[in-house]
Order: sequence, then structure tokens, then C-alpha cells
Amino acid sequence: MTAPALEDPADIGPAARRRLSGFVRTLRDNGFAIGLAETRDGLAVLAAAPFGRPATVKPALKALFCGRRSDFDRFDDLFDAYWQGRGVKASVAVSGTSPKASQRTLRTLQQGTGSGGEPGPAIDVDRRPDAPDGDASPEGRREGATRHESLARTDFRKIADPDELALAHALAERLARRMRARLTRRDKASARGGGLDLRGTIRRSLSTGGTPLRLVRRKPRHKPLRLVLLVDASGSMSLYTGVFLRFVHGVLDQFREAEAFLFHTRLVHVSDALREKDAARALDRLGLMAEGVGGGTRIGDSLATFNRWHAARVIHSRTCVMILSDGYDTGEPEPLGAEMAALGRRCRRIVWLNPMIGWAGYEPVARGMAAALPHVDLFAPAHTLDSLAALEPYLARI
Amino acid sequence: MPAAKSARPWSARADRDDPALLTSYRSDPTMLDRQTIADRLAAVGYVADGALATALALMDMLSRPLLLEGEAGVGKTEVAKALAALHGAELIRLQCHEGLDRSDALYEWNYQRQLLAIKAREGADAAATEAHVFSETYLLERPLLAAIRRTDRPVLLIDEIDRADEEFEAFLLEILSDFQVTIPELGTVRATSIPRVILTSNGTRELSDALRRRCLYHALDFPDVDREARIILARLPDIDVALALQIARLMERIRKEDLSKVPGVAETLDWAAALVGLGVARVDADREVLHATLSCVLKTREDRARMSPEVIARLAAKVA
Repeated sequence: MTAPALEDPADIGPAARRRLSGFVRTLRDNGFAIGLAETRDGLAVLAAAPFGRPATVKPALKALFCGRRSDFDRFDDLFDAYWQGRGVKASVAVSGTSPKASQRTLRTLQQGTGSGGEPGPAIDVDRRPDAPDGDASPEGRREGATRHESLARTDFRKIADPDELALAHALAERLARRMRARLTRRDKASARGGGLDLRGTIRRSLSTGGTPLRLVRRKPRHKPLRLVLLVDASGSMSLYTGVFLRFVHGVLDQFREAEAFLFHTRLVHVSDALREKDAARALDRLGLMAEGVGGGTRIGDSLATFNRWHAARVIHSRTCVMILSDGYDTGEPEPLGAEMAALGRRCRRIVWLNPMIGWAGYEPVARGMAAALPHVDLFAPAHTLDSLAALEPYLARI
Repeated sequence: MPAAKSARPWSARADRDDPALLTSYRSDPTMLDRQTIADRLAAVGYVADGALATALALMDMLSRPLLLEGEAGVGKTEVAKALAALHGAELIRLQCHEGLDRSDALYEWNYQRQLLAIKAREGADAAATEAHVFSETYLLERPLLAAIRRTDRPVLLIDEIDRADEEFEAFLLEILSDFQVTIPELGTVRATSIPRVILTSNGTRELSDALRRRCLYHALDFPDVDREARIILARLPDIDVALALQIARLMERIRKEDLSKVPGVAETLDWAAALVGLGVARVDADREVLHATLSCVLKTREDRARMSPEVIARLAAKVA
């Protein structure tokens, strides 16, 4: 296992150094988090004997420069594109015939011959536009049904008389803020007491000759309640979603830990949009994200997507999942029931808000609703501001 | 391992400019190249791919921890065990969980003994008593402290770091960069040896960029058919090669089914051992036995229901 070693690692040549820093820059442009220390270690890798062979350099740099799964999956393409001077597409097309080429490139660089002075061939890595954190892999998270979706962009704010709506929105937001404040106070008050802290107690007992006169108590670390909101944005719900989203916006703004999703025919993660400070702008952004509103509702599929891709990340032991929907599902009821059961196993409570409960003579007989109901901890109306306010004591108890 | 290098933790950034250190990367006789590492891993029963062997070799060269990510059951913890076996080192394991704090991870005082000692020395000089009860004798080492106080370089496995909270992650970063611990009553404990650190995560929580940047990274996947067959053969030397290959192929198909809990390598090994124990020669020989032994592989009720005898027999027929 002898490799062509270099006499002095500091002497791997300015050309290689420049090429490596160019490579690091390419990676950074692609969202890799690489610091100076990593670059220096990269040089050491290029210089060190067992890693001097191109076949080893690639996995070595990969281990060094990657920090997460998405980096790991893209690294090979970026590496080939850069060190072989080929575009990603080209390198894919000739994959299998490329090792020779990479060997040559790296070897010439290592020998530090003058040829390296000229910049390498243009890199044709197809950079993705600033994708939001982490999720930049080309496959991404493909979600939900791909049936025909209505592309109409429904503006949430224009669903009813504007003045009245604005008033309702303002009230909803104020309610959300009040609710947050009260929840917080209650949590702090209940965090008193707990077991003895022996370390502190013994430390103090030294001054009284070893008799623990003053006891030191441990306060249980408080874990804040996390709210996960799944909001039905289908046509049949559009009268309520506007007000409720305003409410959600208020809650999300105040809760450090809250996540929101919209669903209709597919599931959309909307926490970022809702964290926008200005409520009107947040709703505008939502309107853009929730394309396909009014194209029917697939609650079962949306929940399946949620369970599969998001649940593990956003749900912890003190999570309350709140679903706002009228339960009119265009899919089959069986999968909906199964997904609700799976969701119920993960989280602490499921609250299902159905505005139609407020209607006189309503019975939850819609097939979807009937399938979901056994797994719901609280089934409550959400058709008026009062009914939203009535949720607070329940949330405080969780 | 030359003393000069072990005194330098991987985060001592300034040292990286030192050409002598760069040279020591290559001249260090204990440093193994990746082929040697792969061979020795195979000798201790772990079948690694080239990229993982490279990452393990780099750990020594750059003195960085290795972060392993992958689904439950791909063998993340096994890597640490195999690495310890390969270096003949002690494996010190810190299992992370919610609410893990310093006293679980670093050190704790032995309160019962302290109380006894204070009682026994009643009437003695208070300052002397204090010095006595806060001495080494009453200190309980927890994994992190243990790892830096060994004379031989141990392997420190920090398992499921994503289950600990953010505060602990920050604290861990500090320990891993300084390799020294300050105990207020006792003073600063410096590392006598820098452990080889492996962190594992299966992504229940997003880790901080700072931690990711400082670690080497390797994403572990379920092994491909060839590797899984070799793993079975390495762990169950008695098994028939053809059966091992069939099981590996069958596992690949089972993992592609829509299961709520995808079986890992440990499940494969259990299953293979069960089939060998029951004297099964081919996976398509007896569908009832095959279905009955699926309890080694499928661990939820839904998955069992989905994999009916007909389904598993159909899959078995394809791979046999």
C-alpha cells in the first residue's frame, strides 16, 4: 500500500492550494458549512501520504467537508464537476470512465508543476437558487397527491366583508397573544418544588457541621408545550381558515415552539411564512404557498405525508396537535383512521377543531370525520372567537 | 502516538499552521491507512465500505470526532464497538437522553459517602473536612470524565446525541474542543489522552451547524445485498453461503415494502440465526416457518399484518 508521497506537505504547491480553496468556495456556495480549519485540514489531506491517491482523496474530503445528509448526497457530483472540470450533467453521462481523468488532475496538482497556475476549466455546477435550510436536495420532499389541482390563487383576506373580517382578525390575534401570556404564567408557577438537590444541600451543610439544615431543591426543567397546527385550506373551509390563520399567526408568533402546516390536496409546511411579523404579509405569503386551494381535500394523504416526513422532527413528548378541518375527505376513510392512530401514538393530545359543530343539528357523520373521531382527544367547535378562547384552559392542562 | 500530538486537541486551530504537525500526520506510526483499517475491521467482524474506512482513518489523522448519521438499525453503534476492538481500546459509552446533564455525563460527588465522612469527622477542623470530602476519593466519574482520564486512548461513543437537548450539545462542544474539565471544588482536570470520539444521530432533532462543522461526517445506509451477505457470513460463520445471500436479497426486498419500522442489520442477523437454528436450508422451502420467524424482523402489528404468508412467500420465491 505505498502511495506517491510528497517530501514536504507544506509544499503541495500554490496551484493545489488555489484549486482547493476554489473547491471550498464552490461547496460553500452550495450551502456547505465549511470553516477555515476544515480547509486547512483539507490541505493536510491532500498532502498526507495514505490519502495522496485520488481514489482516497474523494471519500476523505467527503468525510471532512460534509456536515449533513443533503451535503453527503450531493458531494460526489460537486467533486466530479470541480476536479474533472466537467458540468454535473457531463460527469453523469460519462460516469464509469472518469477515474482516469480525476487521477490525472489530482496528480498533476500534487506535483506542483507550473501548469497549475492557470485557472481550472470553468465549473458548471448547476447551483440551486437559495433553497431554505437543509432541504436543498434535488429529490426534496415530494409530497402528497399529484392529481389535478386547481391553480387558482385564493386570497385568504378577501373571503368576506373586509371590515368585519379585519375586526375578527384583530380579535383573533389579540386572543392568541393573551392566551400565550396566560399559559406561560401558569407553567412557571407550577414549576416549583421537586426533589432534593444533594450536591447543593451537602455543600451548604458544611457550614453547619454537616447537619443539612437548609435543603436545596431541584426544580424540574420545564419543557414548553409545543403546538403543531394542521389547517385545512380547502374550499369548503375557506370562510374559517382566514380567521383561524390569523389566530394561528398570533399563537405562532408567541410560542417559541410551534409549527404550522396547511393541507388541501397536499401538505405544505408554512411555519416560516407565518413567522412573518406583519400579519397581512404573512397571509399574502400563505396565499402564494397554498396553491391549489379549492381542489378538494385529501386529509388522509396529507396526514400520511405529515407522519412520514415531518412527525419525527416536529413532535416531542409535550406536543399538542391541533387539526382544523370540517372532515370532508375526498379520499378513503380507512387510511385516514390509520394515520390518525399513528399520529395519536406520537403526540400527547390531538385537538380537532370543526367549525360545523357550531351549526345547529350537526352530527359528525361525514365518513372521514367518523373515522378520525375515535383518535381525537378533544373535538371542539372553532366557529366563533369565543369558541377559540374556550380552548385555553384545555391547553393549559396539558 | 507521540506525546506532542496527543497534547493537541483537534480544535487547537493555531497548531494547524505548524509544518512539523503536518509532517506528523504522515510519520505517526500508529496511524493506519484505510485499507488496513478495513481489513482489521473485517477481522473483528465489521464489514465496512471504503468511505467509512477512510473516515475512520481521518479521525486519527485530523484528531476530529466522527458524526455518524443514519436510520435506526444501520449499525452506527457497531462502528464504535468495532473501532474499539480494532485499536484494542476501551469503549466508553454515553447514551444521550432528554434532560441529560453534567452530573449524568461528566462527574458527580458520592453524597452518601460524603455525608458519612462528615459525620465521622464531627468536631474536626471544618476546612480540613471540606478539603477531605471534596477529594478524588469521593468523585464519581461519568463517561466524559472517564474518557479523558484514561492512560490509554479509549473510544468514546456518544450515542444518539440528537436526543439530548441543545444546551447539552453546546456543553459537549466545549468539552470536545478543550478536553479539560473544571470541577469547582477540585480544580481543572486535563486530558491524559485524547479519546477517539464517535457521535451517532438518527435525526430526531436537527444538530447545530457548529457541531456538524467540527466533526467528520459519514451517512450510513442499510447495507447493499453484497455487504449484508458478508456481514451475515462474518457474524454467523456456520451459515451456508447461498442461504446468507438469499436472506440478504430478501431483506433488501422487505425493506422496500411500505413498513412502519424498517428492519435493521441486527434484525437480519437474528433472523439468519433463527433460520439456521431451525435447520432451514432455503428461504423458499417452507413458507409457514418463514412467516413464523418474521417476528425477528417485523416489530409492529401493522407490519406483521402487511407481510402475510402469501406476500413473504412471493418475495422469497423471487430471491431464491
